[in-house]
Amino acid sequence: MSPLIESKALSKHFRLDARRTVHAVDEVSLAIAPREILGLVGESGSGKSTYGKTLLGLHDKTSGEVTYKDERLPAQYKAADFARWAPHMQMIFQDPYSSLNPRMTVGEIIAEGLKLTSQPGSAKRSESVARWLEEVGLDPDHASRYPHEFSGGQRQRVGIARALILEPEFVVCDEPISALDVSVQAQVVRLLGDLKERMGLTMLFIAHDLSMVRYVSDRMAVMYMGTIVELGAADDVYFEPNHPYTQGLVASNPEPDPRTERERETHPIRGEITSPVNIGAGCRFAGRCPMVMEQCRTVTPRLTTIEPEDGRAPRKVACHLFSADK
Amino acid sequence: MSAAVESTDDPAILSVEDLHVEFDTYGGIVKAVRGASFNVRAGKTLAIVGESGCGKSVTVQSILGLIPMPPGRITRGRALLDGVDIVRQKIVGGEDIRGNRIGMIFQDPMSSLNPTMRVGDQIAETLIVHRGYSPSRAFQRAVELLERTHIPEPEQRARQYPFAFSGGMLQRAMIAMSIACEPDILIADEPTTALDVTIQAQILELIGELKRDRGMAVVLITHDLGVVARMADDVVVMYGGEIAEKGTVDEIFYQPSHPYTLGLRAAMPSNERGREQGLKAIEGAPPDLFSPPPGCSYFARCPHAMRLCEAHHPERFEISAHHYASCWLHHPDNPRPLGQETDG
Repeated sequence: MSPLIESKALSKHFRLDARRTVHAVDEVSLAIAPREILGLVGESGSGKSTYGKTLLGLHDKTSGEVTYKDERLPAQYKAADFARWAPHMQMIFQDPYSSLNPRMTVGEIIAEGLKLTSQPGSAKRSESVARWLEEVGLDPDHASRYPHEFSGGQRQRVGIARALILEPEFVVCDEPISALDVSVQAQVVRLLGDLKERMGLTMLFIAHDLSMVRYVSDRMAVMYMGTIVELGAADDVYFEPNHPYTQGLVASNPEPDPRTERERETHPIRGEITSPVNIGAGCRFAGRCPMVMEQCRTVTPRLTTIEPEDGRAPRKVACHLFSADK
Repeated sequence: MSAAVESTDDPAILSVEDLHVEFDTYGGIVKAVRGASFNVRAGKTLAIVGESGCGKSVTVQSILGLIPMPPGRITRGRALLDGVDIVRQKIVGGEDIRGNRIGMIFQDPMSSLNPTMRVGDQIAETLIVHRGYSPSRAFQRAVELLERTHIPEPEQRARQYPFAFSGGMLQRAMIAMSIACEPDILIADEPTTALDVTIQAQILELIGELKRDRGMAVVLITHDLGVVARMADDVVVMYGGEIAEKGTVDEIFYQPSHPYTLGLRAAMPSNERGREQGLKAIEGAPPDLFSPPPGCSYFARCPHAMRLCEAHHPERFEISAHHYASCWLHHPDNPRPLGQETDG
């Protein structure tokens, strides 16, 4: 099946000054199939959000390309490009507090995207807003209220209605539940799941909660300092991680089961992720990797496919431990 | 399981009894904590778990006198540290118990540290104030404490300001400060919520290591059941300002006896392959603490609610020694007990 959206060697670099450049996203190639949920995990500063935003044109691309249904998207969006592509792809943001304009009513917020397709004040527009408030489990009579009158979970529902009212095919969910309480997280995840089924949505689900990404996603990609280090079926990556970084992430993730926690050996990954400034050759994880070898410091590992066993989905890993010449 | 159960008779170093806390607001009186009772055992970790607004932070902050009064008010209850009620008395034996007998770390280390002071000086200040150290000796000790919390190059780090530290390093510095006076109890209020999972694992390991080495009791406030499973010996589950259930960590996870405890667990992914064990959201929202319901706080969201629960506040029922649930389902005459079902 040809992908709905695909990035090929997509990079986004930020220039700090004349001598320093942050390689926030570095040659990331990912293809997302229609109706697929691809989970993207990694620590803060790994480049997950920058990748999602660059995919949607919210950041200009430094190099590489993004294709949507085989059509190449602009490297640098202009207003007309947003008008053209916004109905197809949307974003749900992490923080339901700062991502909603406090001076607009939730009705105005939700209807904003409709400016692209209908006239202001039209009956169609207010009907559509009322229907979407109901879709996301809010009271349609509350369209005239302001964001501060809602709880975090309700605001996130407003954010979902705002993103989906144009009926996009592709949605980037950037940490949509990180700011919410556990019981509310489950409500929002179920809402997203229902809408995904009903609307046939394709999603990039960015989060740092490994258990939730594992549960939500079909496939999971692990990002470290701007590059993808592992990619495969979500269950396989979580339960049988190959890359030492993925192994460390999974081991760090506390399981809500005291027996499991007592029995398993937890060796936290040492050190901290650093900013990918002026990256040279070699594996970016080498400095923290418990299995580092000589070549890791000089040769950049490529994301290569490991031949799947017994009919499993293919897996890709960027690590010299899995290189053919090892 | 046996080890955890056998040890529940350890002496309590801190005993909280029937604590009630209120706040005056423009909207009325918020009854934030309503009758919290629990014991902190010496050398053990007690996790207080619950969602935003359940009263878990207010409980410990009010004990330490860290809530502003007014508008806050402790209307009833006491907290006994070695038999002395510290709710009404912060100076015991000529020493402020805070920072001395009880250390505390918070969720956001950046806002807990003074941005205009070098990190080493801030840690040293504790020792100068509480222990009467000379400035140079206190600074030397601060460097040792930074080393003890595994901060690389502690001598240089002690001379830096907080902005030069990462979030994980700041939390280590906070821990160094909180253990400077070798407290008997460390209270950690969501210490890893703002951190990445990898750094969280490092900080939890450090807290566990200090607890083991120093025989310190830890009170860990968290919303994350994974963190509870990794760290806790005992668990208090709070909901709507009250304690819904308390017991050992194994009792809470393997014999959950309050519908809210069951609901919380079912709202998290199961960590088994596939999605067969679907997420079960807890529908609805927590109670309004301006006018808490007369009956059970969880009544409106509880899948097991009975008519009784609406108007009558549940009694505290003993499930087994030290394991309690505030839920009418455990009344001995209830014909349909919650039983051992674990999927709510």
